[in-house]
Amino acid sequence: MMYDILIIGAGVSGCACARELSRYDARILVIDKEDDVCCGTSKANSAIVHAGYDAAPGSLMAKLNVEGNALMGRLAEDLDIPFRRNGSFVVCFSEEDRPGLVKLLEQGKANGVPDLRILERDELIAMEPNLSDEIVAALYAPTAGIICPFTLTLALAENAAANGVEFRFNTAATDIRRIDGHFIVDTNQGPIETRSVLNAAGVYSDKFHNIFGTNKLHITPRRGDYCLLDRVVGLPVERTIFPLPSKFGKGILVAPTVHGNTILGPTAIDLDDPEATATTADGIASLLAQATRSVKGLPLKQIITSFAGLRAHEDGHEFVIGEVPEAPGFFDCAGIESPGLTSSPAIGKMVAAEMSAKLGLSQKANFIETRKGILDPKALSLEEYAALVKEQPAYGSVVCRCETVTEGEILDAIRRPLGARSVDGVKRRTRATMGRCQGGFCSSRVMAILARELGVPLTAVTKCGPGSRMAYEDDRAQRGGDRT
Amino acid sequence: MKQYDLVIVGGGPAGLAAASAAYDAGCKSTLLLERDNELGGILNQCFHDGFGMHTFHEELSGPEYAERYIQRVLDRDIPLRLGTTVIDIRPDKTVVAVNKRDGVFEIPAKAVILAMGCRERPRGALNIPGYRPAGVYSAGMAQRLVNKEGVLPGREVVILGSGDIGLITARRMALKGAKVHAVVELMPYSGGLKRNIEHCLTAFDIPLKLSHTVVDIKGKKRVESVTIAQVDEHNKPIPGTELEYPCDTLLLSVGLIPENELSRRAGVALSPATNGPVVNERLETSIPGVFACGNVLHVHDLVDFVSLEGEATGRAAAEYIRNGCEDTAHGTTVPIEAGDGVRYTVPSQVRSGCLENTLTLRFRVTGRSENRFVSVYAGDRRIYHERKAALAPGTMEEVTLPRTDLTGGFDSLTVKLEDE
Repeated sequence: MMYDILIIGAGVSGCACARELSRYDARILVIDKEDDVCCGTSKANSAIVHAGYDAAPGSLMAKLNVEGNALMGRLAEDLDIPFRRNGSFVVCFSEEDRPGLVKLLEQGKANGVPDLRILERDELIAMEPNLSDEIVAALYAPTAGIICPFTLTLALAENAAANGVEFRFNTAATDIRRIDGHFIVDTNQGPIETRSVLNAAGVYSDKFHNIFGTNKLHITPRRGDYCLLDRVVGLPVERTIFPLPSKFGKGILVAPTVHGNTILGPTAIDLDDPEATATTADGIASLLAQATRSVKGLPLKQIITSFAGLRAHEDGHEFVIGEVPEAPGFFDCAGIESPGLTSSPAIGKMVAAEMSAKLGLSQKANFIETRKGILDPKALSLEEYAALVKEQPAYGSVVCRCETVTEGEILDAIRRPLGARSVDGVKRRTRATMGRCQGGFCSSRVMAILARELGVPLTAVTKCGPGSRMAYEDDRAQRGGDRT
Repeated sequence: MKQYDLVIVGGGPAGLAAASAAYDAGCKSTLLLERDNELGGILNQCFHDGFGMHTFHEELSGPEYAERYIQRVLDRDIPLRLGTTVIDIRPDKTVVAVNKRDGVFEIPAKAVILAMGCRERPRGALNIPGYRPAGVYSAGMAQRLVNKEGVLPGREVVILGSGDIGLITARRMALKGAKVHAVVELMPYSGGLKRNIEHCLTAFDIPLKLSHTVVDIKGKKRVESVTIAQVDEHNKPIPGTELEYPCDTLLLSVGLIPENELSRRAGVALSPATNGPVVNERLETSIPGVFACGNVLHVHDLVDFVSLEGEATGRAAAEYIRNGCEDTAHGTTVPIEAGDGVRYTVPSQVRSGCLENTLTLRFRVTGRSENRFVSVYAGDRRIYHERKAALAPGTMEEVTLPRTDLTGGFDSLTVKLEDE
């Protein structure tokens, strides 16, 4: 079976490209080494839709950031993704740093970012009373936003699947061979033949590019640690608060999430290991120190969780998107670090335009443009919710108390195409276990629902696929007998 | 859905005791709501004994203790709904709940008793660094998996937290054939009962690592090892003291937090000292007719005290309804202060005109001590003074004062520790 396009990586880049490519008549397969969509960088980032003043004018990053930002509103509507434009401040702590704001303002204007302006302290405090006393001025970008990165990635994937794209998980590409003008991608599940390859492999994208490219890419996994505050404290800030950027990146921000938590982070720590997503005590300490510098009175006792993700930082600090001349049919979507999430709609369009032209693909007549997400009863009025429960009683059983997630939502998450097959899969689709008790109450209940729906014993349920079983058989009687 | 005068939120030991007591005090219009599919609350997964020494002079298991109070509720035919989650309590005492069978329903109650219990502090609240694999669970989740679901959370276990819950969990896991490598405790002493240390750790050769904490978790998909380190006097890990245990499970027993999200929505005032509602001598919150008892009010050690609190709120709610929901307080509201050596008291307010025959004060101390005195002052007058051989933050204390001691004006009650 020869595919027209094989996409390596089911993160936000791979899924955005899959979705745009699915507008064309083509056999498309997305493979990912993990058990589900959205398991790499896409699930561990700041969830920010950047305005676009950070990237160097004339760069691909700048262009795609601004385009992606502009496209995000319509995409969020079409694909039912939580998104809002809350605006952002880049703050400076002293007059000496003001030139840095001016530079970003000019850069932003050159990049085509709308409505940028510098605000003075009194205007800032009127908008954000909890900003620290040190802050003298800030660059305000009204078009910056916050989004749910899991739902963005899942929605793109589900829509791609609805339009015919296949997905295979636990399928790790190990090598790619070019034979007779097409490719054989070797994987741990056997070889796959394809006319073209899209390399959207995140922190591993240099490895695949370098099979064919003479200009080698080098990716440094750059770790970002984060902490998340309980929703119960309200929002210390409405807008995303950035410090001035450094050579390591945009710095440690304080921002609301689209679900009402407050997120602090990320650090920027260069590593060798592309799997090293462990947080460290130093990382957490440094992000808390910087966050509290920007915003007063952050209720750090209300931290409910911390996590880390790895940016795919390429040495050239630029997106690498396009066909590799040494291997026609092999396309890169590599080095997608920040602003990768923001740029994803634009990246998808760019890749689809290029690949479809190269492959001579024709557009489908019947592309499905929209996708309906998992129904959230919390968005309904009490009367609408009552009617829903009458019709589908599973929505009347609350499973995750902290986030008020019902059995109806969990069943939808499991039963829909590209449905959840693990606790993390349920978590990213419904928010169950993401609340203040972090699954202490509901994990066992989520496990039981998964076991029932998937027709497997409780001990087969995993957190995130093979190697991550949640529990084991109570086989003490077989193994050693009773103790009294 | 019928209407009810009294709605009780939670069918664990607190709510069960409240329901029977309200009935016996004359309230025959009560609805008990429980989110699980059975009554009994957390007791249903507490297979160990030690429950009910004070109440029944027997050593019962959790389910056996629960069964005593469940039977009382069933004998009185008190209406109840299982599998029902309360999603809102409005400031006007309307309770909004949902279940599969009745759907969404609202009860404009005359009185509400909050008995929602507590949740466990998660890993994230301690900022424990490392990976986030399968196998990092709260003790309560592990207990539920073992005792209710019949599966093992893991086979090679490290436990953080040596309070009674951590100790009991260690024993349970060992009895199930798991290897418990260590129980790790931040403080230089265990918060648990001495007999639990003997029965749970010593009896199973499980090392207790005092003044240690977890500093790393390895394993991307499933726990592969847990690293602990000794801590200094500021509870900061001391570099160079790390000890790595290859294992597949880390269980956390690092504190309980009263579950007051619904209380917040209702507008009930909460105490930062207890994370539970501020209550007066009737265990009534800042909203007249809304009462609180059990772990939602403050985290308990003994279920017997939970039952007593539950019964007190049942009586108080019945009286409130009988009095036509009038606030019949006379006299001023006097604060009850936590003085030297005392972390908090429940209640923290008393209305001098409203006392039953006695006032029961429950409190926790700030630190461990021996041979100090618990004293209660009404203004400047000392009205209670008893020597206590041993006091510890992990053991809730109780003082019962006769109403006669509380006559005469005073502008505050203070509970404090004294040396003589």
